[in-house]
Amino acid sequence: MMQGNYALQAKDLNIYYGSFRAVKDIELNIHTNKITSFIGPSGCGKSTLLRAFNRMNDLIEISHMKGSIEYKGKNLYDSDVDPVEVRRRIGMVFQKPNPFPKSIYDNIAWGAKINGFRGNMDELVEESLRSAALWDEVKDKLDQSGLSLSGGQQQRLCIARTIAVKPEIILMDEPCSALDPIATLKIEELMRQLQEEYTIVIVTHNMQQAARASDYTAFLNMDSSDRAGYMVEFNETNEMFTSPQNQETEDYITGRFG
Amino acid sequence: MADQLNYPEGEALSDQIARRHTRGKIWRSSFLVALIIAILVLVSLVYNVVNQAFGLVAVENAIDPAVLVSQTGADPATVSLDELTKDDYVEMLQANISTGLGRRLERDQRFYEDRLVFDNQAAWDAACAAAEPAAGCLLPARDTDNVYQLVIERVVEQRVIETWFLRDSLLRGDEIRAEFLAENPNAEIEFRSWLTADFLTRPQSSRPELAGVRTAIFGSLWVVLVTLLFSFPVGVGAAIYLEEYASKQNIVNRIIQTNINNLAGVPSIIYGMLGLAIFVRVLGAVSSGYLFDYASIENRQNSLINSMESNFGITIIIEDGDVTSAIEGPNAAFDLSVTEAQLLVDEFTTLSWRNFDIDEVDASVIVARGLRIPVSVETDDNGTERLVPKDDSVMTAANFSLLSREMANAAKAIDNGRTVISAGLTLGLLILPIIIINAQEAVRAVPLSMRQASMGLGATQWQTIWNHVLPQALPGILTGTILAMSRAIGETAPLVVVGASTFIAFDPNGPFSKFTVMPIQIYQWTSRPQAEFRNIAAAAIIVLLILLLSLNATAVLLRNRYANK
Repeated sequence: MMQGNYALQAKDLNIYYGSFRAVKDIELNIHTNKITSFIGPSGCGKSTLLRAFNRMNDLIEISHMKGSIEYKGKNLYDSDVDPVEVRRRIGMVFQKPNPFPKSIYDNIAWGAKINGFRGNMDELVEESLRSAALWDEVKDKLDQSGLSLSGGQQQRLCIARTIAVKPEIILMDEPCSALDPIATLKIEELMRQLQEEYTIVIVTHNMQQAARASDYTAFLNMDSSDRAGYMVEFNETNEMFTSPQNQETEDYITGRFG
Repeated sequence: MADQLNYPEGEALSDQIARRHTRGKIWRSSFLVALIIAILVLVSLVYNVVNQAFGLVAVENAIDPAVLVSQTGADPATVSLDELTKDDYVEMLQANISTGLGRRLERDQRFYEDRLVFDNQAAWDAACAAAEPAAGCLLPARDTDNVYQLVIERVVEQRVIETWFLRDSLLRGDEIRAEFLAENPNAEIEFRSWLTADFLTRPQSSRPELAGVRTAIFGSLWVVLVTLLFSFPVGVGAAIYLEEYASKQNIVNRIIQTNINNLAGVPSIIYGMLGLAIFVRVLGAVSSGYLFDYASIENRQNSLINSMESNFGITIIIEDGDVTSAIEGPNAAFDLSVTEAQLLVDEFTTLSWRNFDIDEVDASVIVARGLRIPVSVETDDNGTERLVPKDDSVMTAANFSLLSREMANAAKAIDNGRTVISAGLTLGLLILPIIIINAQEAVRAVPLSMRQASMGLGATQWQTIWNHVLPQALPGILTGTILAMSRAIGETAPLVVVGASTFIAFDPNGPFSKFTVMPIQIYQWTSRPQAEFRNIAAAAIIVLLILLLSLNATAVLLRNRYANK
């Protein structure tokens, strides 16, 4: 495939916490406007890998990385790249819904404001909430606190907030793990809608979710010798779940793992 | 099944559970005892203070009001002192107080619109034509009630001769009355609360009945204001740096952190020594205000000279910046009432607010700058107490001028900064570690997910701190700050070292004023020999406690207000 079809390319990526290597030798291409899911057992470094894509690992003082992640032909970790700009282009939704303790309106407007948005704020808020399939539920209470919403609504508010700054890629770190099945389904539907405009990378513990909601799947496992995560297999989701190439993958997705 | 046999069953199980419950109950009761002990201590503290702040007092008048009434020609049996006319009261004042005092009272507020009682017309006109005219030139004349109060204060001069605790007053009040009045038929016994509105609004005085805590309250508020203005921004700033920016791995940062924690436990007297060395001595020119308003010293000297003239009839002449001093006028002989001497000393204290310490004016000696001026109290024909020199050869006009020159020179000397700003900064240093530690706690309590959410949207670190971390940490920071402020208000030892004055008769009016604070005032009063000072000390303790409680209430309100959002 052509280079242009990749939103992100990880090359020879190793991530360390202090002297401990959390993720090793990752070679991975994220396809544009597709949903890529990372699956794997706990502690295998899925979230660490995900956070590397928008330099959120920089916030953890002891972490450092080797290798490169290329975005539009540029290594995100080059010294002339500002992580603030990286995070503006590559947004993130977290495991636990974390709206700001502000009004619903301000939750969305704040990100736009700090990034220098100069258009019509009301329109942006409405558009973002509509894209996150939340508008109809909150349009009458925009001035209420974001914390007054239910868990699923809060997570969609966080997605709306991320969309509002117009990123190109959205990283989702187990976005449904704190939600009930109905809310989970709503988020999955939403991801499918968002896919038209955004490239989405999602970490999940839920294999059905990966099978249902993603186009590509990467399976990561933990090396039993040095406890570092490595990528076992990366393929189209259908392929992965119907005819896995690797015995480890098959064991994991059929539940015989460990 | 083998596992189950290892656990007690049946009776053994209920015994074992009962033993566990018993152990829990024993702990629970011992915690209850601890709580009861704490409550008992608090109750006895409050009891002790209240016991002294209220109670019976025996008062005696310098002049019996009945005598005053009979002097006007009225019958004391049918007319009481408060039923007389204004003219009668003015006559009583004329008969019983010195001309100097009367003149001062008249300059404060005149007695009649159309005539002068104590002053002469020429001096009055001069006082009104001055750049700062006397207050009396602008105010309407005193009304009857006002003059009556003056008579009570200056002529009747009620004095407390004996006080009793609240407990005794309540339990055996009648007994006390009967016993005491049998021995002192002239005295009257009344129930008195030493904590009154007047007590809050009056300045210090060497007479306990007239003393108040106003200057100490103002002093405390000024000092705490300076303390907060210094330690809040510095403390919160340091906390943010340590929590948000500084690397936890860096050995220097870890040493700093450990030292801040240790500084919070350093005895406060050591901070006092530090404040004395740095703020009072090294930075004396700054903390005394010398660098900012030297010129005003001359204004103060001039106002002293004016007040000496108007109050004591003494003229001071300054030639080439030097006080040469001459005593002229009707009061050339050194003849001051106790109140007047006090006023004189107050004037000098005001003037020489930078440096001058008058130890005390009491009835036997004026001590100042190594000059001991022996005086004695004599009661003149009218029953007014006056300070008169014990020995004419010692207390000459020249000697007196020496005293005033010493005082005026002291005002010029700029060699120390025992001022509000030194005290405020010293207390600021003292509570800085507490504020830093509390603010760090509060900043650390802001969930990491907030920072991630903000950074994930493309916010810079500073935007994250300012918009999310600080607002969410604010209730905790405020709580810690106000608790630290409570500590600063109650601190005594470092301020003794830094040089809080024990006697200040004027309100501190800025960071470069001399000052006293509530705890020092209380300490000073409790160490006085007269019993009444302990009564007002108890009243001052109640004021201090109320001040502290209201600050803590503010802390709770602020915390709730921000926590609800």
